[in-house]
Amino acid sequence: MQASIDIGQDAAVQYLLRIGDTVLILGQRIAEWSGHAPILEEDIALSNMALDLVGQARAVLTHAGAVEGRGHDEDQLAFLRDERDYRNVTLVELPRGDFAFTVLRNTMASTFLKLLWARLGGSSDAELAGIAGKAVKEARYHQQHAADWVVRLGDGTEASRRRTAAALESLWPYVSELFADDAVDEAAHASGLGPRWSALKDAWHAEMAEILGEAGLALPAPVPFMSTGKRGVHSEHMGFVLAEMQHLQRAYPGGVW
Amino acid sequence: MNAAVAMSARAERAWQVLGTVLDPEVPALSVCELGIVRDVIDHGDRLEVVLTPTYSGCPATEVIEQSVLAAIEAEGLGPAHATLRRAPAWTTDWITEEGRRKLNDYGIAPPGPVPADAAAPIRIFGRRAQSDVACPRCGSLHTERLSAFGATACKAMYRCLSCREPFEHFKPI
Repeated sequence: MQASIDIGQDAAVQYLLRIGDTVLILGQRIAEWSGHAPILEEDIALSNMALDLVGQARAVLTHAGAVEGRGHDEDQLAFLRDERDYRNVTLVELPRGDFAFTVLRNTMASTFLKLLWARLGGSSDAELAGIAGKAVKEARYHQQHAADWVVRLGDGTEASRRRTAAALESLWPYVSELFADDAVDEAAHASGLGPRWSALKDAWHAEMAEILGEAGLALPAPVPFMSTGKRGVHSEHMGFVLAEMQHLQRAYPGGVW
Repeated sequence: MNAAVAMSARAERAWQVLGTVLDPEVPALSVCELGIVRDVIDHGDRLEVVLTPTYSGCPATEVIEQSVLAAIEAEGLGPAHATLRRAPAWTTDWITEEGRRKLNDYGIAPPGPVPADAAAPIRIFGRRAQSDVACPRCGSLHTERLSAFGATACKAMYRCLSCREPFEHFKPI
């Protein structure tokens, strides 16, 4: 079995991994719907969104490896890191749930990512700014599509409304983590690499309130729980995501096709 | 294309060759008409082709790079290498007029101009989006969107309500 690589504690690398890992794991989760979505159009939509996200992850992880300067490429970073070295927010690693859960999580994540990419377009890091200039357009399209579904389900039948409300209750405890700053945010803010993620909080809540309002749902009250995936301490689900995602590369080291 | 610098005969020939390299996913138009070839630079000992990808996850990106280089080498203009330019990001506004006409002839409704308010918050519209996409077969504007995503990242599925034909639309981004 292929041994794991470790990553340094450099704040810029950590900041980039938080972005790259979040889009990678969300893409992995969304791709689980390929061949399983309730209708063909959504199968295609989810697979397309997963492709965009994995493409964004490739660019960001390649860049994170270059900034780290230890010769790690996108594949090594994606397939050879252990759970504790993954820096995605916990929200995106949760099991895909039912379709209501998936479209609501996609709405929450793409709203966040759209706001983040928009700010990263002005990054002092030209490569990250370039990646963001493309990704923001994709995130915006993902948000529009997912939000349409949240409105359709929330304002739909009794069953679709019940499921959407249940998804909101399940997902809400993982929101606080998105906007909880630490030293990595401070360093990124100071160097101009990117915003403190807390700076996105008000805009995110305003857009989510509008979408949920249209769906006949309300923003839940804040909860005291704080997840910690972006610091490497994940939920029990993360190991299973990586086991599936990394299996081939671990079993057949360096395998390519 | 860098108009400020006089182009070498070799670069000029390379542009002509690239005008015959078709997009693998939409083989109706060339990579130049698609607007992803941003520059051809003659370094003397080699040619550099600057490409801008369409979508982050477009699986055709690597195939396009290979076919671009292969076409240049086949014409004896090599050696050549490709570089990636991410900024400014590719937009469908870079598809040429000729490219748009070819798309339409191929049965894909070409993209309209990218809306200036692309940074504005999303619009929460109901179940059915109002369409302003013309049917590539009969030209009717009486069309509706069936699916926000299509067979490739760059397209959406539509249906004409006049001639009843389904068709693809190249999304403006």
